[in-house]
Amino acid sequence: MRLMNRHAVIEKNATLLLLGSLLVVTIGGIVEIAPLFYLDNTIEKVEGMRPYSPLELVGRNIYVREGCYLCHSQMIRPFRDEVERYGHYSLAAESMYDHPFQWGSKRTGPDLARVGDRYSNLWHVEHLTDPRSVVPESIMPSYGFLKDTPIAVKDFSTHLVANRRVGVPYSDDMVANANADLMAQADPNADTSGLEARYPKARIGDFDGDPQQVTEMDALVSYLQMLGTLVDFKNYDETAGYR
Amino acid sequence: MKFGKEIVLLSLFAFAALVAAGAGVNEPFRQHMWVLFFALAGFTAILLRNTEFRPAAPIDPSAYMDGPIRYGAIATMFWGVIGMLVGVVIALQLAYPDLNIQPWFNFGRLRPLHTSGVVFAFGGNALLCTSLYVVQRTCRARLFGGDLGWFVFWGYQLFIVMAATGYLLGITESREYAEPEWYVDIWLTIVWVAYLILFLGTILKRKEPHIYVANWFYLSFIVTIAMLHVVNNLSMPASFLGSKSYSAFSGVQDALTQWWYGHNAVGFFLTAGFLGMMYYFVPKQANRPVYSYRLSIVHFWAIIFLYIWAGPHHLHYTALPDWAQTLGMVFSIMLWMPSWGGMINGLMTLSGAWDKLRTDPIIRMMVMAIAFYGMSTFEGPMMSIKTVNSLSHYTDWTIGHVHSGALGWVGMISFGALYYMVPKLWNRERLYSLRLVTWHFWLATLGIVVYASVMWVSGIMQGLMWREYDEQGFLVYSFAETVAAMHPYYIMRAIGGAMYLSGALIMAWNIAMTILGYRREEDPMPGSVPALQLAR
Repeated sequence: MRLMNRHAVIEKNATLLLLGSLLVVTIGGIVEIAPLFYLDNTIEKVEGMRPYSPLELVGRNIYVREGCYLCHSQMIRPFRDEVERYGHYSLAAESMYDHPFQWGSKRTGPDLARVGDRYSNLWHVEHLTDPRSVVPESIMPSYGFLKDTPIAVKDFSTHLVANRRVGVPYSDDMVANANADLMAQADPNADTSGLEARYPKARIGDFDGDPQQVTEMDALVSYLQMLGTLVDFKNYDETAGYR
Repeated sequence: MKFGKEIVLLSLFAFAALVAAGAGVNEPFRQHMWVLFFALAGFTAILLRNTEFRPAAPIDPSAYMDGPIRYGAIATMFWGVIGMLVGVVIALQLAYPDLNIQPWFNFGRLRPLHTSGVVFAFGGNALLCTSLYVVQRTCRARLFGGDLGWFVFWGYQLFIVMAATGYLLGITESREYAEPEWYVDIWLTIVWVAYLILFLGTILKRKEPHIYVANWFYLSFIVTIAMLHVVNNLSMPASFLGSKSYSAFSGVQDALTQWWYGHNAVGFFLTAGFLGMMYYFVPKQANRPVYSYRLSIVHFWAIIFLYIWAGPHHLHYTALPDWAQTLGMVFSIMLWMPSWGGMINGLMTLSGAWDKLRTDPIIRMMVMAIAFYGMSTFEGPMMSIKTVNSLSHYTDWTIGHVHSGALGWVGMISFGALYYMVPKLWNRERLYSLRLVTWHFWLATLGIVVYASVMWVSGIMQGLMWREYDEQGFLVYSFAETVAAMHPYYIMRAIGGAMYLSGALIMAWNIAMTILGYRREEDPMPGSVPALQLAR
């Protein structure tokens, strides 16, 4: 077969083999990934979405650090059982500020995309400290150490700047107040009017039951309590996205 | 002076690590830099003890450079046992959650240690040492670049140590199978480019006109992993003295980039690379030529072209646009064919040598590997069908599928290659014991069968329970009830994994005894000597 004979050229030239295989493996990725940066339904903006508040972002980083995504997804698929169990199916826009995304790939535990406001702060603290005291069937590890770990960040504004560099619209105002906002959100006595203006719908107050210090438990619970609560689906027009 | 440059450079880097350990902006980073400091300082001390001021003996440029390969074979075995052990531990944690020890040994931190341990430490070392073994012998050329081979080997071990300790300290990007943070990623990039130069340089100085087919697969694996690694790990550090970075992409774009990487880590790391292994070691062990050269050409190009498209099947029914999901599904199904092309080429290589299955447990191991390859490359396309995926996704079925590929294909073919290579690398006439290989074979095979079938049952059951409605239209099970139902399966899964691990321990013993030069006196394998001769 002539084609096969021609292939002998590649078999004798390592550079051609290298370039040929590199060319062949780039195509699929370009065709599938590149359009996602331009298509309307993957870059649409939905009312209510805002960047994470500093405390929520610290909480999210703890969520990432502890590998929560290995057992909990944050992506509700559009099936009857999932929508009834977890809430409205997830929109692309709802993870638009997620660097990195936390959709997950396994549900050893339930989906958390809309866990916000479902349970009380106290429940979350109990559950994270001793999961089986509130859910006997649970096989989740304990995370009690979070309550004893004060948040120790020298300057959290660098994290907001890093996010801004990759496209999250943190304003100068938000960056300048990052450290103050971080502490104020978990402090029931702080003046939070600026915080509330910068981060609408942010849950404010003591989360871990210990108002004396801001701990990692405060941060994680503040993150869990806001998950899926930003978009108000009473005002969301599903048909606007139909194409 | 022997190791002169190395000692100076290493001590400089150790000092830099020490400075970073003091100046780091977050606690895990400082701890991580202490680990780095002790690793580099310890290595410097070892080199200092072995330095010599006599002029080095001249190197025979026509001889193969097998030093890094010998170390690689030992490292493969070592990390294999560690990675599988962690696997059994986390399997038990799912059955008995009290085994979690917060914060360092919680499931969420150990799981990346298991996956990276078996994929990159065990599988990566197996690929590294076999590829360098194969490329020298099929090109009839010594490794390119002097001590570059040693740099690649030790550099890769440093990557493993930094990645593994990072996970326990909670340093992760949360990108599955690409968890290490930015500075470890940069280090891996340097090592990987050196690996590419080492491999390609050796091919370029070959004395054979043709590049052997195993080397195509190895080369495409190395270059594709370089591309995937760099793109998927693009991120913005919050501080250059801190461990935390933020992915360059977000949401949907980030998800597809990650699974484009994730699926092709399977496709190129765990498939193309190991097919390269198959194309050298199966013909060698069977003493037969590759079945069809033409088939190898066709399935090589087809497999590397199609694999790249399959990533979106990890994101069925998510917020990823439908067209991308459908493309991913269609290409995944097409992928079945070139995958089986490889399986057929591997199995048919045994034409005329099938009798060896009775007498040679190493061949048996390789054939079982190819069989599992065929099985899981059928299962994969089936699970990528959207309707099937709607049930299987998020369940243990996926875990079972991965393990029939990883334990069955990747593990078994690596074991076969090591059993073939080790006696040759250390100039031993044969392995310490073939009987122990048989034991390993059966423990591993039965272990996989237990593991995979248990995960099928539990995965499908889990998927069905989540979507079960009663006649009045209410969901029947709460989530917690479905968790409770998994318990017996999690125990059985741990048993399957422990069987596989015990097989690997037997292998480690066998390999160690072979390296030390022992030979177990044992009867020949039944059937390997004609009965008449035996009677006499």
